[in-house]
Amino acid sequence: MSTDVTPEAPGAEGRPLASRRGTTPGRFGNRLFAGLSTASGILILVTLAAVAIFLVREALPAITASPAAYADFTRDLNLGQYIGPLVFGTVLAALIALVIAVPLSIGIALFIAHYAPKRLSGPVAYVVDLLAAIPSVVYGLWGFFWLVPKIGPIMDWISQKLGFIPIFADYAPPAKNVTSAAIVLAVMILPIITAVSREVFLQTPRLHIEASLALGATRWEVARQAILPFGRSGVISASMLGLGRALGETMAVLMILAPFARGTEVYSIKILASAEHQTIAANIAQQIREAHGMGVSVLIASGLALFAITLVVNMAARWIVARRAAFSGAN
Amino acid sequence: MSKRIDVSDLDIYYGDFKAVQGVTMAIEPRSVTALIGPSGCGKSTFLRTLNRMHEVIPGARVEGKAVMDGVDIYGSGVDPVEVRRQIGMVFQRPNPFPTMSIRENVLAGVKLNNRRMPKAAADELVEGSLRHANLWNEVKDRLDKPGSGLSGGQQQRLCIARAIAVSPQVLLMDEPCSALDPISTLAIEDLIHELKEDYTIVIVTHNMQQASRVSDRTGFFNLEATGQPGQLVEMDDTTTMFSAPSKKATEDYISGRFG
Ligand SMILES: Nc1ncnc2c1ncn2[C@@H]1O[C@H](COP(=O)(O)OP(=O)(O)O)[C@@H](O)[C@H]1O
Ligand SMILES: [Mg+2]
Repeated sequence: MSTDVTPEAPGAEGRPLASRRGTTPGRFGNRLFAGLSTASGILILVTLAAVAIFLVREALPAITASPAAYADFTRDLNLGQYIGPLVFGTVLAALIALVIAVPLSIGIALFIAHYAPKRLSGPVAYVVDLLAAIPSVVYGLWGFFWLVPKIGPIMDWISQKLGFIPIFADYAPPAKNVTSAAIVLAVMILPIITAVSREVFLQTPRLHIEASLALGATRWEVARQAILPFGRSGVISASMLGLGRALGETMAVLMILAPFARGTEVYSIKILASAEHQTIAANIAQQIREAHGMGVSVLIASGLALFAITLVVNMAARWIVARRAAFSGAN
Repeated sequence: MSKRIDVSDLDIYYGDFKAVQGVTMAIEPRSVTALIGPSGCGKSTFLRTLNRMHEVIPGARVEGKAVMDGVDIYGSGVDPVEVRRQIGMVFQRPNPFPTMSIRENVLAGVKLNNRRMPKAAADELVEGSLRHANLWNEVKDRLDKPGSGLSGGQQQRLCIARAIAVSPQVLLMDEPCSALDPISTLAIEDLIHELKEDYTIVIVTHNMQQASRVSDRTGFFNLEATGQPGQLVEMDDTTTMFSAPSKKATEDYISGRFG
């Protein structure tokens, strides 16, 4: 840190530095910057609070009302019965997406950061970044017209061979199930997880990579011994960013996933089964047009649940990262 | 557990730049060989060729021979990973793995070789290696704490413990004390004295007193001019090198007239 950015530094007065005050942003610039960053920090908090307040206020009628008040919207389910399966479906789809995307992203990020020859790593990184720029409705189209027909036979085969394991049981065509939706979600969250992981992998100190190599580690062992542990908290943060996006993604899920029938309360772990899941976001998008009065309040209550899940996910991520801070290599 | 290395006519390159030229030297087992010379003359570069660490730098390559135990470590069919498992290395800056505890650091190399080791054997190895590195008494109560929490000197001894835990044939040290305070430096020098009972040690040092204190043989590297490749000027018993070197350049360097 240079002295001219810390106005309180002893001896700053009367030193030649002081003469530069006229030509550099100096104290005013510092104050402006500090003010701006504080203001934007506060603005974020205020926005967050405003969203939370809005959700709670609008959801309150449904939360406090007797189930009879919205029975024709929920087809006789109470609020818990209505939102529960949606929460389940949301988390399930996002988790499957994460299970698919995280290992892939780590692999691609490792490849780009440490193993690919220069002339390959650049283009690969670029293509992955491009994936992030594709609108989700396009992913939805791709999933609907390409993925679903192609993946159906594979799921059918898995369900026949491994159907004795409950989660793979009862595949039914077309493959508009939660797994198809999750695959599309995985492709959508892949770029962000890859990009963040790549950055942290690149920061692995040369010193630690060489320590590992000098012990006789193969390339893969270097990754396991030095690069992955060093990037661990970064990868977790990246995964949580991806999870956040997967939890809230609407369009792609709406286009691909055939939801359970209205008024049913299903919690199904059969990830290849048809019409057994729905996510909060897709459900809101699907229902909002025909909802009015209490129906809207019910949907907003489900939105509140989504908001809460996202917060919990973020807090969990922070906790995981903080727990092993002493071993992070940041010191 | 210790072997000799015969280097002959070794040229070392970074891409097109020839950093070191025509080194021929014999490294005796169970002895300490010190490499001295002005900075930039290729001591580190040469040291890193002895365990094939040089080639991990893109474009870096080597011509010539380095024979250990009758096998040219640069021969075709020799796996560099295998070479590095037999020739350990301690770096200039202590580099324990920050994500591992002290214990895990010691076991890091062994874990690469055989995955599953009974706990008792692992405990024994950890204690033995840390004792060998004169670190046991200082860390025995905090083996599960991160290695990065130790002082610089302790970290360097941890790195030595990590290197010797795999029972290498040879131990290479690149200015292992240059980042340490005088007391830690003495501790490491004592340790080098003890380790040479079991290991072949090659140490790069910019400190002439250190070379004369710890080594049996000394090699002097020099550059004719900047941009020229470094060369091994002469190599002899340490006492001879420091009392009656045969080359003028060596005498000048040792007596502090340049470098
Ligand atoms: N990674 C590298 N890439 C290119 N040149 C290098 C690299 N490392 C060292 N060199 C060059 O090789 C020569 C020898 O360096 P080095 O072995 O570090 O010397 P010493 O350890 O004796 O100070 C120097 O000219 C240095 O600039
Ligand atoms: Mg050096």
